[in-house]
Amino acid sequence: MENNGLTNDSLYTQLEAKFSDNTISSREDQFGLLTVEISSEKIIEVIKWLKEEKSINYLTLIGAVHYPENEGREYAVVYHLHSLTENFRIRLKAFLSKNHLSIASLTTLFVGANWMERETFDFYGVNFKGHPNMKRILNEDSMDYHPMRKEYQLEDATREDKDDTYFGR
Amino acid sequence: MGKVTFDAKVETIDGQGFQLTRLDKVIGAARANSLWPLPFATSCCGIEFMATMGSNYDLARFGMERMSFSPRQADLLIVAGTISKKLAPVLKKVYEQMSEPRWVLSVGACASSGGIFDTYSVLQGIDRVIPVDVYVPGCPPRPEQIIDGIMNIHEMVKNESLRRRNAPEYKEMLSTFNIDVDGE
Repeated sequence: MENNGLTNDSLYTQLEAKFSDNTISSREDQFGLLTVEISSEKIIEVIKWLKEEKSINYLTLIGAVHYPENEGREYAVVYHLHSLTENFRIRLKAFLSKNHLSIASLTTLFVGANWMERETFDFYGVNFKGHPNMKRILNEDSMDYHPMRKEYQLEDATREDKDDTYFGR
Repeated sequence: MGKVTFDAKVETIDGQGFQLTRLDKVIGAARANSLWPLPFATSCCGIEFMATMGSNYDLARFGMERMSFSPRQADLLIVAGTISKKLAPVLKKVYEQMSEPRWVLSVGACASSGGIFDTYSVLQGIDRVIPVDVYVPGCPPRPEQIIDGIMNIHEMVKNESLRRRNAPEYKEMLSTFNIDVDGE
């Protein structure tokens, strides 16, 4: 491990040198946290390199964000990684279209990705290809929608599961 | 032999050497003063219920010394707290495992109506899956309110028919919840 003293700039330079142009498309350093946009097809390749070559070996989080106005790039799948030996963090974003809401599963690299990907599927409907058990984790199995998507009204006046007879609002 | 006295609310006809009353009133009083509650406590209402059970408020005064953590031996299901939609089938199973006669006390706004959790994951009142006898309002209710709810349960237990389970309206009411009365 020769990457002593990882910094945002040095790691981004190495990423750019290692991967071709269309793999890495933008960079921002929000709150000092290196944030890189990655092509959704190359996500395994990049994270494998970060884990095996750069000792960024701890998967903190997998989540998603819904940008309904962002046409063709409605969903971002977000990966937070942490190097336990260097105390260095990086955030990767892969954008997906709502028509192809599917990305490779990270369970081949991190066993801990299993439940995070199930949660992301549960709340946003992102399909993780190659996941051993792609089903809901928190909500009831019979639920037929993904509740964290920004496509529902805040309150639906026609809903029938709320009885106001005794508890007027 | 000491003098035998019934609960003050049980009407008796007293004479020299005998005392008459109705069997259903005696059994009702006996049931009401020996209810075994099953606490189904999920959140802050459960904490208030623990205070109700504890030495200050002391539910044991009402013949409730023993909490029954098995539905098989419980008479009164006390649901205290938020019930998520995912938990609803579990609650229904617990209710179905209780044998007749059985009563249900819904403690607090969440169990009664979903409360502040007006959201996709929370059951909007347990009366969507099981029948409820008494609702206790409050968020959470104070122990006095829970005791008041239990007193109301006592009144029902003392005054309703001993064989409520055989009444056609009771069977019909349970069938609206898809609960099989005769199948155990």
